[in-house]
Amino acid sequence: MALSGLDIYKLLPKTNCRACGFPTCLAFAMQLAKKAVNLDKCPYVSAEAKRAIEASSQPPIKIVTIGTGENKLEIGNETVLFRHEEKFFNPCGIGFIIDDNEGVNIRRKLEKINRLKFERVGQKLEVNLICLRQQGNPRQFTEALNLVLKDTPLALVLMVKDIQTLQDALQISKERRPLIYPVANQDYLSIAKIAKYFKFPLVAYAYNLDELSNLVQELDRAGVADIVLDTGRKSVADKIWDLTQIRRLALKKNYRSLGYPVLAVAENDDPYTEAQEAATYITKYAGIVLLKGIDSWEALSLLTLRQNIYSDPQKPLQVEPKVYPIGQVTSDSPVLVTTNFSLTYYTVLGEVEASKVPSYIVSVDTEGMSVLTAWAAEKFTPESISNCLNKFKISEMVSHNTLIIPGYVAVMSGELEEQSGWKVAVGPKEAAGIPSFLKNLQ
Amino acid sequence: MVTPLMLEKWSGKIAVLTIGATREDGGSRAHVIKIGGQQSLPFLFQEGPSPHRPVIAFEVWDVYPQDWQESLQRAYVYSLKDPIVWAKTCVEDYNEQILCLRLQGIHPDYGNKSADTEAEFIKELLKKVDVPLIIIGSGDDVKDNAVLPICCEAARGERCLIGSAVQDNYKTLVASVLADGHNIIAESPIDINIAKQLNILISDMGLSLERIAINPTIGALGYGLEYAYSIMERCRLAALSGDKTLASPFICFVGQEAWRAKESKVNDDRQGIVWEVITATALLQAGADILVMRHPEAISKVNSYIANLFRE
Repeated sequence: MALSGLDIYKLLPKTNCRACGFPTCLAFAMQLAKKAVNLDKCPYVSAEAKRAIEASSQPPIKIVTIGTGENKLEIGNETVLFRHEEKFFNPCGIGFIIDDNEGVNIRRKLEKINRLKFERVGQKLEVNLICLRQQGNPRQFTEALNLVLKDTPLALVLMVKDIQTLQDALQISKERRPLIYPVANQDYLSIAKIAKYFKFPLVAYAYNLDELSNLVQELDRAGVADIVLDTGRKSVADKIWDLTQIRRLALKKNYRSLGYPVLAVAENDDPYTEAQEAATYITKYAGIVLLKGIDSWEALSLLTLRQNIYSDPQKPLQVEPKVYPIGQVTSDSPVLVTTNFSLTYYTVLGEVEASKVPSYIVSVDTEGMSVLTAWAAEKFTPESISNCLNKFKISEMVSHNTLIIPGYVAVMSGELEEQSGWKVAVGPKEAAGIPSFLKNLQ
Repeated sequence: MVTPLMLEKWSGKIAVLTIGATREDGGSRAHVIKIGGQQSLPFLFQEGPSPHRPVIAFEVWDVYPQDWQESLQRAYVYSLKDPIVWAKTCVEDYNEQILCLRLQGIHPDYGNKSADTEAEFIKELLKKVDVPLIIIGSGDDVKDNAVLPICCEAARGERCLIGSAVQDNYKTLVASVLADGHNIIAESPIDINIAKQLNILISDMGLSLERIAINPTIGALGYGLEYAYSIMERCRLAALSGDKTLASPFICFVGQEAWRAKESKVNDDRQGIVWEVITATALLQAGADILVMRHPEAISKVNSYIANLFRE
């Protein structure tokens, strides 16, 4: 939470010594509040005031980076409790827990996880993390870790039971900047030293918020900069409570010791139950969700939910307004017109592709509105469609003059014919009707 | 150091909607279903009471649902050809506490059933199943306006939830619902202002706000889910802050949307089921009170999820 100029002034020496170059401490404070000047200009500020002012300029939820290069995951830095207030910024990382005693299964699982890549409405959907969990001795863990390092480029979480294992594991994985997750009651200060030395992120685990907050303060004092919070396995309702409290305290109270992204484990033998639990944490503020189900149907549903929740409510996903030739088009191919709202365009695209009838899709600039919304807002009108047809010179691409419009805007047919000179054919209301419509056209 | 919890003090409360009437209330249902009454955002039990759980209503049609995917039809233990058998299956085999009857058969493209036939059917159904009913039209305004009032009358005193009233077509339905003692679904197109306006228009006709459920119009997972999600969150925040005209519980037609998604039409049945499950799960987090769903396995999973949330 940013401090006002007056708040900052109260923390300054109030001597008006001008060492900073400003005539008064108040003037300096005002510039500090605007971030127009650096606090270092004041040689007399107390250490305590300095901490308070610097803390206030940090984001309320620290951004934490796990991994390196193109597979790195950045979480945190969120600013709102509800997506409509602005947006959720850094999509939560989705990862899979693999036990180090799974033997040959590890490789098989990794292969399957590496294939969990999807595309929806023009965006790539990908999973982010592999969490290797220690079940046996250090050697078993490092052997499994070697497999993981070799077989997946994803960012890593090392869930370890003892320091020896952690040290051995970091020797071979330090290039990957893993997230260190010490389970069981361990000596946090020794682990903090390691995390500090490598500058790696560390999971602070405590079952309740008081203990968690105290632990984070300890880790902070020990010099660990990047922390991820976890309050352990508990009922979904209790977890929602924890996640909500942590988010509220960080954003509304600028509560530093909980101002970090949160990790939640949703591990269940029943994949539906696991998916529901994971979905809950995706909607409710988790920075990382770990699960064990690696089936593509489960992953796709969760990645799609994450895409939905983290989309920008102010800016709908749009495609470029233009003519899209689909398949081996000829001058006889049908011409369909729709909006440039991604969801609409890709739904139409999917059905046109499924019909196997090569066609042109004309995407009109409706500022990302769907058909009915754009029609109501007068962005999808006989005029805007006519202009678009002329602009893209569609009459030069085909030898016919029939234009297929969405069934929901059938009412504009007459006027559109008049304005554009094209013959209008009213298509189906729902995109699902497009394949049979196009086939009957032929 | 003790971490101070951050509790919101809400002045508002979601209205309690009662569906179904037992013999004592002049109906013939075995029990009633109550929803709403929350005094906090969803599932923050330590902040305010949530006296009534969200419920799932099986969607049942008055005709054979020829458009439903085979995988969806196959999921039922008995055939869906006979609507009465279908409804009894939901209640007896799946132990469902409330049904949502869609009068698809009155639609000109689905059989164009007459008002009298439909009224007879509803009377028969009320004899064969004893759970509270939600009754919705076919989506054809002209037919719905002609048939729904007769159906309201056929179910007089059973305190059904009837839908849907929309901004430019609500008067006929509100009048019937008032006359026959039912509740109403107010449907708005993902628009909080229209939702509020429609609630005011309906209550101006004399139907109290406690007898309205808002249908915010949802999209399935991946098909605009986030729009309804945020509209519902905004509605809930306004209601809890004291706006009574937005304090109605939500009804969400999850099954209808999820089973239209491309993902529900793939070879792997689980993809469709999880699509319905996750759509429902996300909407519960935004405040859904009634979920109208289709796949028995999806319904069972979401029921367990709700039970788990409310476990002490």
